[in-house]
Amino acid sequence: MKDNIISEMDVTTDKIKISARDVQVYYGDNHAIKDVSVEIQDKTVTAFIGPSGCGKSTFLRCINRMNDTIDICRVEGDILIDGEDIYDSNVDPVQLRAKVGMVFQKPNPFPKSIYDNVAYGPRIHGLARNKSELDDIVERALKRAAIWNEVKDRLHAPGTGLSGGQQQRLCIARAIATEPEVLLMDEPCSALDPIATAQVEELIDELRQDYSVVIVTHSMQQAARVSQKTAFFHLGNLVEYGETDKIFTSPEDPRTESYITGRIG
Amino acid sequence: MTDTNTSMAPAGEPKRFGSLLEQSDRTKRRNAKEKRFRLYGVAAIAVGLIFLTALVVTIILNGIPAFTQTHMTLQIELPADKLDKKGERNLADIKKVSTFGYNPLIDAALVRAVTEAGVETDITKGKDLRDMLSSGAGAQLRNAVLENPDLIGTTHAFTLLTSSRVDGYMKGRVTRVSLARDKNLTPEHLNIVDGLVDTGAIRRSFSWNFITGTDASESRPEQAGMGVAMLGSFFMMLVVLVLSLPIGVAASIYLEEFAPQNTFTDFIEVNISNLAAVPSIVFGILGLAVFIQFAHLPQSAPIVGGLTLTLMTLPTIVISTRASLKSVPPSIRDAALGVGASKMQSVLHHVLPLAMPGILTGTIIGLAQALGETAPLLLIGMVGYIATNYPDGIASGFLDPNSAMPAQIYEWAKRADPAFYERAWGGIIILLVFLVTMNAIAVMLRRRFERRW
Repeated sequence: MKDNIISEMDVTTDKIKISARDVQVYYGDNHAIKDVSVEIQDKTVTAFIGPSGCGKSTFLRCINRMNDTIDICRVEGDILIDGEDIYDSNVDPVQLRAKVGMVFQKPNPFPKSIYDNVAYGPRIHGLARNKSELDDIVERALKRAAIWNEVKDRLHAPGTGLSGGQQQRLCIARAIATEPEVLLMDEPCSALDPIATAQVEELIDELRQDYSVVIVTHSMQQAARVSQKTAFFHLGNLVEYGETDKIFTSPEDPRTESYITGRIG
Repeated sequence: MTDTNTSMAPAGEPKRFGSLLEQSDRTKRRNAKEKRFRLYGVAAIAVGLIFLTALVVTIILNGIPAFTQTHMTLQIELPADKLDKKGERNLADIKKVSTFGYNPLIDAALVRAVTEAGVETDITKGKDLRDMLSSGAGAQLRNAVLENPDLIGTTHAFTLLTSSRVDGYMKGRVTRVSLARDKNLTPEHLNIVDGLVDTGAIRRSFSWNFITGTDASESRPEQAGMGVAMLGSFFMMLVVLVLSLPIGVAASIYLEEFAPQNTFTDFIEVNISNLAAVPSIVFGILGLAVFIQFAHLPQSAPIVGGLTLTLMTLPTIVISTRASLKSVPPSIRDAALGVGASKMQSVLHHVLPLAMPGILTGTIIGLAQALGETAPLLLIGMVGYIATNYPDGIASGFLDPNSAMPAQIYEWAKRADPAFYERAWGGIIILLVFLVTMNAIAVMLRRRFERRW
């Protein structure tokens, strides 16, 4: 298991990757996200914590416009990635999602072979010119997701036949195979046992070198272990955002303190 | 209320539970209720099974005789001076002799056969003996000769269809009593039939003609077959499949995956469900108005039948396709969108393959439904047409008047001769074989393509 050492690591860059300004999200009449402004740094793991229904997943899904698939969902305000407004009418959400990968709460491999699962993204984006290049991409992604050794002998076995933790790492491999710049993770460990969780967390820490990782989690220990920055959401508001150490040791807002000490949530 | 008092502890000592070894009255009543409920279920299933068995047994008992046919084998002399006067074996010359020219030959052969069998009878004239044969026997003989002109001048054994009365006698449908009031055959004929059965000239055997043959006129039920109607149904189903599968699947994918949720799409959805419940005869009259009166497509043609049945099948396919699209877990769509697939890619690459077994099953069930549909065919003229010709070629198959299996069955059931009634039952067996086969294919496809996720 990882200890708290990770969180003590310094944030290595100050470059702003994602910048949200006054974001409002409505589900029909329900105002789900209220006035959220946040700046997420590059090559950093940022954790979103907060009680259920506080809007952290909703906000995460705004970053790659997955909320577009919900008819009644309406987003206001600006979200900039590398200074470009992703809600601009010229932006194609498909291109955006290639740049901002996502890993979901429940492992959801395609009911296809392990190889095809990972190769799918590169195939549809035309990242490989031929079979051997594609093989390389798949191998690299599986290695980065720390699952290569377990599956290298059965790349053509169905991805759904793997264990839960392996499936989730396969999904991470699938997400990074398209070489995104931002990786969004929506409670990636909630369906996993502690050992698989530890493997995934270790992986997240490694991915930090190349990606800006945003992770939604219910486990405050996990947020403390893997993230450098933490944002606390409550009832659709971003209550507090800052260095993880600071949030967990000396929060400014009384609501944050109540939550991390287990009094609310 | 006295019951409950006994099971309860005496007042003042509130004991909630008695011994677990004996059931309380409440539990007993509840168990009895459950037992009764199960019995009702078993009874309902038993009633269903009884009806099903009765149905299947009746159909088989009534229909199986239609698959056999009685034939009479006769040694017929084919004199050259009557059939080919010039003696050049020129087909055009031979054709000049009509069916009537062949009848005397059959008559002579019949007289000889009866004499050889040694049956004593009052009927001596060959023309009267010919009542035992199908009225199409002359034509049957003529066709055989035209096919093989070398037979002229020889004596050859021909196997000719007997009349439906003789056939019915062999099958037990016709008796001497029933013939007493029949103009087509006399009980005396049956004595001859008995004699000829003894010599082996009359035999009842399996008849491919019923399955592959053409329909025949009212006076010749023994010649009627299902073959052309089957082709009619086949061409209709082809039209239905080619039109309703792509249209239905495309419409469902659009409605399920792309269409925005608004009043208009709700309206469409409600109407599709309603269309599935519209009586099929309504589609028939729509087909008549649109395809025949407005578009001037040929009447009674399988293409019109196919188009009309497409209208009827579409809602079924749309509903089942949408249901199977809905059953694909949304996480698969998320996964595809999450790696940057477009909406269309996520549907075509992931959702559709997973929904395939359901779509195929729905399509086959829809086709099976269309295959058995009679009412719309009534209105576009596919009933009542006597399908005596095989379509020559594919275009003719679609455009020439034809019948369809259920229409043919209806047509036979309508005709007066009980021999046709028997054929209607036989036709139902053929139709059911097709339907059961299609359902079996649906089950197989479902098993084959089913994938777990």
